[in-house]
Amino acid sequence: MHEHIDAVKTYVFVFVALLGLTALTTIVAEIDLGAFNVAVALLIAVIKMLLVALFFMHLRHSPVLTKVVVCGGMLWLGILMVLSMADFISRNWLPVPGK
Amino acid sequence: MASHTETAALREQFETAGQQKEASTLGMWIFLVTEIMFFGGLFLAYMVYRRLFPEVFSLASNTLNVVIGAVNTAVLLCSSFTMVMAVHASQIGSRRALVVFLILTMLLGGVFLGVKAYEWNEKFEEHHVPGPTFHLEKTAMQGQAQLFFSLYFAMTGLHALHMVIGEGLLLFLLLQAYAGKYTPDYYTPVDIGGLYWHFVDIIWIFLFPLLYLIGRHHH
Repeated sequence: MHEHIDAVKTYVFVFVALLGLTALTTIVAEIDLGAFNVAVALLIAVIKMLLVALFFMHLRHSPVLTKVVVCGGMLWLGILMVLSMADFISRNWLPVPGK
Repeated sequence: MASHTETAALREQFETAGQQKEASTLGMWIFLVTEIMFFGGLFLAYMVYRRLFPEVFSLASNTLNVVIGAVNTAVLLCSSFTMVMAVHASQIGSRRALVVFLILTMLLGGVFLGVKAYEWNEKFEEHHVPGPTFHLEKTAMQGQAQLFFSLYFAMTGLHALHMVIGEGLLLFLLLQAYAGKYTPDYYTPVDIGGLYWHFVDIIWIFLFPLLYLIGRHHH
């Protein structure tokens, strides 16, 4: 079988990028961006996750079926997070009698 | 009796070695997806309580040592790099490099766990462990503060447990690699072990900002 073998250089670039993003997220956290602090921290974490998954876990060379499974997992995680948070965030928007 | 050769050989239910490897990899990804959902519940609990008690969560988060957290993140990222280099070594058939990179990965994982143990010990000394002796300074919301530290210990503890299991898997891979079991034609266990190790890294990539950084701008 012939697998795609990445160049070591690619891994080094990804590794350096991951370290750089770690430094960036640590520094940005000290600056007051209000509500955007969480958004920026999570955005950087998602970029790091994608770098690890696509390059280190070879997801970019994986068969379509594997990609579908991973996207399906993320979809269900999204449902868990979004629907639950939609409930907790919107709970006090309307007065509920007897609460 | 022939269990060693059997793992390397093509099993009868598969047409080709490539198909066999694809099936193994897919199975590992499906397991990792269940792990995502498993950790997802804890992340959700964290998000819900952080939304309900943002101030006390920031206060409690700021008692964690950011420098140690960031350095430990870097250590874990280094271990992911050495792991991917181990997989690469097995792909090009370099047994020596494979053994060296597996040992390096185990060492870096050990450093991460050691630093984690040091941090936990600090929590005990500072009375930041949920329980009767718990006390967080500068707040009256002791119960809510304990929620943060309960989640801190549950999430970092579960993550550390995964690291310990990962170290066990690496030891297995190391012994097999040393015995010359892996070749460019058959290195699926190294590949799958790598997937697990990188997954544990990804969990930490999210734990670090959520636990250590979330309240820094109020500092």
